[in-house]
Amino acid sequence: MSATTPALSLRDASITLGSATIWQSVSADVRRGEFVGVLGPNGAGKSTLLRAILGLLPLSQGSITVLGERPRNARQRIGYLPQRRVFNADARVRGSDIIRLGLDGARWGFPLPFAGSRRGAVARRVAEVIELVDADSYAERSIGELSGGEQQRLLIAQALVRRPELLLLDEPLDALDLPNQANVAVLVQRICRAENVAVLLVAHDVNPLLGYLDQVIYLAGGRAAQGSVSDVITGPTLSALYGVPIEVLRTSDERLVVVGQPEAPAHHHDRHAG
Amino acid sequence: MPADIGHPSISLDLLHDFSELVAYHFMVNALLAGSIVAVMAGVIGWLMVLRRESFAGHTLSLMAFPGASGATLIGIAPAWGYFGFCALAALGIGRLAGVGRSRHVQASAGIGTVQAAGLAAGFLFVSLYSGVLGGLENLLFGTFLGISDSQVLVLAVVAAVSLALVAVAARPLLFASVDPEAAAAQGVPSAALSTGFLLLLGLAVAATSQITGALLVFALLVAPPAAAQALTMRPAASLLLSVGLALTVVWLGLGIAYFSIYPVGFFITTVAFAIYLLAALVGRLRR
Repeated sequence: MSATTPALSLRDASITLGSATIWQSVSADVRRGEFVGVLGPNGAGKSTLLRAILGLLPLSQGSITVLGERPRNARQRIGYLPQRRVFNADARVRGSDIIRLGLDGARWGFPLPFAGSRRGAVARRVAEVIELVDADSYAERSIGELSGGEQQRLLIAQALVRRPELLLLDEPLDALDLPNQANVAVLVQRICRAENVAVLLVAHDVNPLLGYLDQVIYLAGGRAAQGSVSDVITGPTLSALYGVPIEVLRTSDERLVVVGQPEAPAHHHDRHAG
Repeated sequence: MPADIGHPSISLDLLHDFSELVAYHFMVNALLAGSIVAVMAGVIGWLMVLRRESFAGHTLSLMAFPGASGATLIGIAPAWGYFGFCALAALGIGRLAGVGRSRHVQASAGIGTVQAAGLAAGFLFVSLYSGVLGGLENLLFGTFLGISDSQVLVLAVVAAVSLALVAVAARPLLFASVDPEAAAAQGVPSAALSTGFLLLLGLAVAATSQITGALLVFALLVAPPAAAQALTMRPAASLLLSVGLALTVVWLGLGIAYFSIYPVGFFITTVAFAIYLLAALVGRLRR
């Protein structure tokens, strides 16, 4: 596998669920080590894109190549953080156990107590990713007792533990307060650079990610636009996507405000379906 | 019970007490069967508590009623009826309630429905049989009298097979139990594991009830695992502790019952309850 093989390549791809077309004629390219934001309104098919990359949903048209392979074959090389999941406050599991399960939890057979070197390697890798996400001080505590931001760091470590070449993060900033959103954005960019792993991060607001992203893929109105933040999040590009006039305003503190988008009926669970 | 075993007396000489305890073959069998059942309940109960499937376990325990009455009706050993009905109920719960698919409200309703259907079937069998159901009290509250060599053997085989299955599926089962979404994303077949685990749980419940009785299986299936999980978060340590506590409960319970005139189920359950209370207290103090 050469370092120049793209992490992701979509050509004229469409997804149909039942009779509904989620998006069509989407083309996108992600290079190795790139940090890409997947943006768009609720129900635009952002999570659907991740599921297609994982090979969990077939395309109805077009082609998709992940790390130079068909999606299913590449799955072992992808790290995936599913949409926000919460651990009960009384969950009696340590953060380090959750990470460890990400490494060998899908393996059948009893972990042999005498396979010393293997166990050593597993423990070392778990310690490495805990350090990578700066979770040393709380990884041994019960995950249910931790804050949302701390849980999210441990879950990112879990997604990283198998040394993926592509990392898919579904709304990791959801339900975090603003300082924690910024912390996680910094963390993901640092991991992206340090581990040379391509990252697709789904978010519904671009502002916490401004300054960290290499590109965005913006999904809306069944179509997609790809490019740098300053190219894509503009009035003309978004107007073309949504099919209605859209304005993008820049506030004095450099935040972007998108005005005029037709709000999908914004029930919280819509996002989980999309 | 001293009436039929010649008034055993407890002394402060432990060796004497122990030799008295194993002087009778039925008591050796009770200790063997109890130990086998304790190991099985310690492991499978630990997973049940972790998976929050105690209600499913409770429903399976009640299948003793249709199981035993059905077996009596068609003239086979009650234990077989119990194993059969537990398996049937486990499949029903897996199918109807979709346990493990995070639909908790519907799951408990589905389990409750299976429970009602099972009990109704038992009621029907009793009226069809139209005789007196013998040994009902033993069925419900347990006994350590008259556990035969072949029963010990059956329990040993059941325990060995189910523990081997648990060992093979240990990590995927743990993964699917504590973090179902991530496990599914890595291709762990959580629906199949869930049904498979319920079947094992059915076996464990039926086996445990041979000692504790159907109504008191939770003394071994819930109390030791819950106590262990309150005391430590390390999975391996917690699992071993659960087995150790279950063995302690069985040995103490059988030992006390032997020297007493009161039923074994009471002592096993009381020891288990005391251990659980202590562990919950220690766990709370350490937090």
